[in-house]
Amino acid sequence: MKNEYNSIPKEKFEFASQENIRFDQKFETKPIGYFKDAIMRFTKNKGSVVAGVILLLLIAFAVFAPVISSYGVNEQYTQYQYLLPKNKMFEGTGFWDGTKVKDASFKEYVYDNSHGAVVEVFEEYEQSNPTPMKYYKYRFDTYKRGFLYVTLEASAYQKLVQYENDNGIQLRYPILDTSYTTNTRLLLMHKEANYYYQLLPDMTPIFDNEGNIIPIYKVDDITGEYIYEEVTSTSVYRLRVDYDQYYVFQYGKEPLYLFGSDSFGRDIFARLGSGARLSIALGFSVALINILIGVIYGAIEGYYGGTADLIMERIADILIEIPSIILLTLFQIHFAGKIGPIPALLFAFVLTGWISTAARVRMQFYRFKRQEYVLAARTLGASDGRIIFRHILPNAIGTIITGSILMVPSVIFSESILSYLGIVDLTASDITSIGAMLNAGQTSLQYAPHVIFFPAIFISLLMISFNVFGNGLRDAFNPSLRGVEE
Amino acid sequence: MGKYIIKRLYLMVLSLFVIMTFLFILIRLLPFHVAGAPGADNDYALILREAYGYNEPILVQYGIFLWNIITKFDWGVSMQISWLTPVSKVLFDRLPSTMYVNLFAILVSIPIGLGLGIFAALRKNKIEDQIISVGVMLAISVPSFVTAFLLQYIFYSKLGWLPAIMTATDESGWFSWDTIKSIILPVFSLAVGSIAGFTRYTRAELTEVLTSDFMLLARAKGLTRTQATINHALRNSMVPIFPMIVGEFISILGGSLIIENIFAVPGVGKLYLTSIQKLDYDVFMFVSMFYVVIGLVAALMVDLSYGIVDPRIRIGGGKAE
Repeated sequence: MKNEYNSIPKEKFEFASQENIRFDQKFETKPIGYFKDAIMRFTKNKGSVVAGVILLLLIAFAVFAPVISSYGVNEQYTQYQYLLPKNKMFEGTGFWDGTKVKDASFKEYVYDNSHGAVVEVFEEYEQSNPTPMKYYKYRFDTYKRGFLYVTLEASAYQKLVQYENDNGIQLRYPILDTSYTTNTRLLLMHKEANYYYQLLPDMTPIFDNEGNIIPIYKVDDITGEYIYEEVTSTSVYRLRVDYDQYYVFQYGKEPLYLFGSDSFGRDIFARLGSGARLSIALGFSVALINILIGVIYGAIEGYYGGTADLIMERIADILIEIPSIILLTLFQIHFAGKIGPIPALLFAFVLTGWISTAARVRMQFYRFKRQEYVLAARTLGASDGRIIFRHILPNAIGTIITGSILMVPSVIFSESILSYLGIVDLTASDITSIGAMLNAGQTSLQYAPHVIFFPAIFISLLMISFNVFGNGLRDAFNPSLRGVEE
Repeated sequence: MGKYIIKRLYLMVLSLFVIMTFLFILIRLLPFHVAGAPGADNDYALILREAYGYNEPILVQYGIFLWNIITKFDWGVSMQISWLTPVSKVLFDRLPSTMYVNLFAILVSIPIGLGLGIFAALRKNKIEDQIISVGVMLAISVPSFVTAFLLQYIFYSKLGWLPAIMTATDESGWFSWDTIKSIILPVFSLAVGSIAGFTRYTRAELTEVLTSDFMLLARAKGLTRTQATINHALRNSMVPIFPMIVGEFISILGGSLIIENIFAVPGVGKLYLTSIQKLDYDVFMFVSMFYVVIGLVAALMVDLSYGIVDPRIRIGGGKAE
């Protein structure tokens, strides 16, 4: 071994650089600061990132839904109540196209079929209970409203006829013959223009020899033609129109409710967007104001300590004991009439909401205010304000961020509860709230669950993703708190 | 300990007094509102208001109010909900319904919550634990009224197994099958949140205890894993959970505004809402104070129970800093 080294030929040696003195290689990576570190930790947490994306989508929905929708928040079409969700792209698929499968007796089937609401028949069967009758299982289009009586002024009537001629669309249908005895009662009872065929008093339709329903159109005695309008004495026309066509004529758009319509025929999509806007805007602004107040209050408490701290803590102690529901209610009763329900809500949230932030900030100040670097800053002549905001507060930023991001969902939750219970009353204003929508949908839970479904899903998703996102942020900003639940 | 309790009680009374003053002033400043209840006599109501000092300056009113409470426990009478019934009676009449539903909710949620928490802690980071964690997250995040609607829709509208609202107890008695059947849905709607809370706390505490040194010692001295877990880990993990249970037990008196409203439970939460809707101010004042007292007492009991379950926690000692 030893000899091998001796036998290395001389020409294999070369001088280490004499002129170009070598240094250690420069760091090519950049230093990682607190925020970058936190963001790196956050992005590693897949669940939180997904929650963040969902959150962004929900916020985007809140921003854009009222813009996209062709309906206003309080636009009502009473004829189109409880329509099912419909999307043009799914037309005819049986899913999200405004249709539902119905099991009904043949009376109801004939009624639906007579105005074209039956899309597809799956099955017909006999059922002997309670009375032997034919039953049908069929797909039913909720968007087919059928016929309706409307009364129009002469000018509007002219416009309607003009529209019919221009577009080749039939709007007017023959007036019904109310002298037909069995039906008179029914017609009066239901004011239903859809019963245009002969019926027995128990609503059983009468068929002709070929099995078709027999219309009871009114016929002119002289010409023998159908009568399409009745003119009352004040030159007001009473017509029987195909409502779906008439709607297009009147409003220039087809009825299309992405999320269906509610009990007043209002668009749930637009209303949900408006409610979501309110929730999210309120949640963020309350959180922002609370942080501002909490930081200032907590900083003063923590930094000055002593008597100031004692008195301020006592105030906070008492304020936090007031149940928030009572505070929110009192503010609504007192101020909703004067400054509007939303500002009253905001003030009530702010009155006690800052306390938790203040407590956190105060703790951070107690931890850091005796440290050497603060002493150094003071020795160098830094003012109190500078020490508070430049030197100590940045240490508390992590806790502030995480505390406040979790404040947003709790505000949203409280707001939805209050408007659900009707303590916050938004009926007079042109916005709505998710809670109010849930309250409205509750009554129709059994037969129109879609009214409550969308707001319920929205608020659940919002709460879940806010909580998951908030927890992820907390873990990222305060790694020492990981897994600790507040 | 005794000194600490006295200090806490003193602070409690102080808070109570300040909050009561605050509420009193806010409520008395509300616009005059009379009549509406069945059998109400407006002239009589006006005379009654005079007697209660409604026409005096607000501070004198407060003095009369306090004097009535201290000497006769008279918090005023209901003018809207139930004509001239003392408000304390109005509230205490509704207390049984609230306690009934909430007691069942606690009885359901404690065993399930603790059981799931223990199970999750023992299976830490395995698939079962993860499923439970997701469930807990969902149960905590999804608002209680959504849970309630979902349960109502499934078990009432779709399956038709259970009634949608609570059956009135005066018709069928407290423990009849009809009543019990009708409170299943409200009880579970209430329990979902508490189950999630108990599960999360139990899991967090138990996982921490399971990795501590004394567990190693317990295994080393020859206990089996089960023995060590039951005798040592579980007991220690109960330290923060027991106060939580105490707190829950006290807050059952308050009831839940939402659940009582959805399931028509004739309880305190429902009374609170009705008193707002009908503007029955004395009832509103009393229910509010009732809530404040419950909150304060619950907080105190939780703090005290820490000391009871774990002597190592010395409450009220000197300054930590």
